[in-house]
Amino acid sequence: MRVLNRIGLALGLFATTVMAHAGPALDGIQEKQATNWHAIIMFLLFVALTMGITYWAAGRTKSTSDFYTAGGGITGFQNGLAIAGDYMSAATLLGLSAMVYGQGYDGYIYMLAFFAGWPIILFLMAERLRNLGRFTFSDITAYRLDQGSVRTMAAISSLTVVCFYLLAQMVGAGQLIKLLFGLEYKIAIFAVGILMMVYVIFGGMVATTWVQIIKACMLLVGGTLVAILAMSRFGFSYHNVVEQAQAVHKLGPKLMYPGSLLADPVTAISLGLGLMFGTAGLPHILMRFFTVTNAKEARKSVLYASGFVSYFFNVIFLLGLTGIIIVGKDGSFFETGKFAFASTSKVGGALIGGGNMVAMHLAKAVGGNLLLGFLAAVAFATILAVVSGLALAGASAISHDLYARVIMKGKALESKEIKVSKVATICLGLIAIVLGILFEKQNIAFMVGLAFGVAAAANFPVLILSMYWKGLTTRGALWGGYGGLISAFLFVLFSKSVWVDVIGNKAPLFPYTQPALFAMPIAFLAAFIFSKLDGSDRAKAEIEAFEDQYVRGQTGFGASGATTKH
Amino acid sequence: MSSGMYEHMRNNPKFVKLVTKRARFAWTLAFIVLGMFYGFVLLVAFKPTLLGRPIYQGSMVTIGVAFELFMFIFFWLLTALYVRKANGEFDELTADLIKDAWKENK
Repeated sequence: MRVLNRIGLALGLFATTVMAHAGPALDGIQEKQATNWHAIIMFLLFVALTMGITYWAAGRTKSTSDFYTAGGGITGFQNGLAIAGDYMSAATLLGLSAMVYGQGYDGYIYMLAFFAGWPIILFLMAERLRNLGRFTFSDITAYRLDQGSVRTMAAISSLTVVCFYLLAQMVGAGQLIKLLFGLEYKIAIFAVGILMMVYVIFGGMVATTWVQIIKACMLLVGGTLVAILAMSRFGFSYHNVVEQAQAVHKLGPKLMYPGSLLADPVTAISLGLGLMFGTAGLPHILMRFFTVTNAKEARKSVLYASGFVSYFFNVIFLLGLTGIIIVGKDGSFFETGKFAFASTSKVGGALIGGGNMVAMHLAKAVGGNLLLGFLAAVAFATILAVVSGLALAGASAISHDLYARVIMKGKALESKEIKVSKVATICLGLIAIVLGILFEKQNIAFMVGLAFGVAAAANFPVLILSMYWKGLTTRGALWGGYGGLISAFLFVLFSKSVWVDVIGNKAPLFPYTQPALFAMPIAFLAAFIFSKLDGSDRAKAEIEAFEDQYVRGQTGFGASGATTKH
Repeated sequence: MSSGMYEHMRNNPKFVKLVTKRARFAWTLAFIVLGMFYGFVLLVAFKPTLLGRPIYQGSMVTIGVAFELFMFIFFWLLTALYVRKANGEFDELTADLIKDAWKENK
């Protein structure tokens, strides 16, 4: 019974924290807050600045290469910041600090799982990605395989990932903005959707990159500032913070013990796999590797990105711990007007604005309305940056893969291809706005799980095999890709988060929420078996073509070069 | 033309040297990260009380926190190590290899 309890807790925790990574999960629906003018003014400054950059970028975005990859002229440092910006969403700050506040050490464990994928991406993927790819990761999977069918498959799974991730971000964004800025949900959705379209359509990758860089800097500065102010109350002593936090928190000394998260090994390993290899299969993250000049800069970008991510996660850990004392003991942050730990059973449940507002309340407690406004503006900027990156990745799957390579068979005019990607961006933006409004009251936790599951099971296996395994053929890639896509989709559909929580059945058909441990082997096995069974002439030619691809992947000779500097 | 260049590179013993050296280095680092990370995940699942113990009597720093902080820093140092070696030694080998291939391809 105890084991069951622990598993149940782990699953519940997982559902909320998956949300925490990709989109703001808000415990309970909050009421609209009073209009927050500090935040709105600071956010308008951000919009004015990024619009200026978009205007500047528009003048420099002429070729497809400019549009998709900023001409390949981004430096490793800039790209490192942009990747960190892409990876650390608003909810990383809000969700993970709230998790430390509620669960203590478990939140810290979780952050390591988010971080540990980056070194692996560097060691095994970064340079081959840069050496083989040009605009999208399908350039690599379709390098020596059948362009039409393999690109179609890669584009479908990319779009699946992008759409679910985008929708989760939109719904989270609407709720967060309603809360932080006091704007209507619908207005917030329109604002995010329209700004996203403007950045991407006019500024392409140049503007998207700069939005991400600025936002990453704001996030790092804002988070650090709050952490310093908070730690100054404890004489910058970790010892004091933990001692007092344990005294206040209802978990007591157990605060620093691993709790329910990862208590069940299957969930733990599946989660670890999903986070690690899902990250390595997200189209908008992979796309960032094509924006740098060469493999040297690609490696540097991972070094900088993982440095920023690693640093910031430790800052968030401190925010959560100090939040336990500063926010947890301050009655003005609780709906009941009394601090919650001693009396209520649900930790943080009575916080004004929901459980994820710890970092915001902490900012207000240590820096007043000005700092709160700044942090709220950062959160809004963060959402914009992440959805812009997603929209660009989705648009390029449509225009570069489907239109230029599959439909026009590589003979599309460059100007026509750019036009298609702009139309695709408008379509994606409109879909995101409409679905965002329709899904306002829906439980969307499963969408991010699905996006990560598909990325880990459909994109990653075929991508890594195409780079490492000579024997991969078109037939194997298609079976592996579609097999991973469909199995990840079904595992999530039959899991508790959709089958029970959304559809309303009594019991899940599939006992785990995380599909990666099960869907990834299916994809690898299908790709392997059907490649081996493929004895066609085409397959032989494809296997032979690996030799040249291998040399290019290793040396970078023949890789697409930079066209412009920024 | 490219294909001819690739042919020359492939047949250059330096290519084999580059590839084996870099692969061995990259996989070693990858296994260290994977081993430590999944080892830690298993500790969390099976020995949670060990991670909750203080590093010494009276300290507020637990073994789990200390070990994780170590991994955050150590993994990042490994990426720095890889970038240093790949951008230096391995890239020099690669440049050498391409120069050789140009010469042979003339």
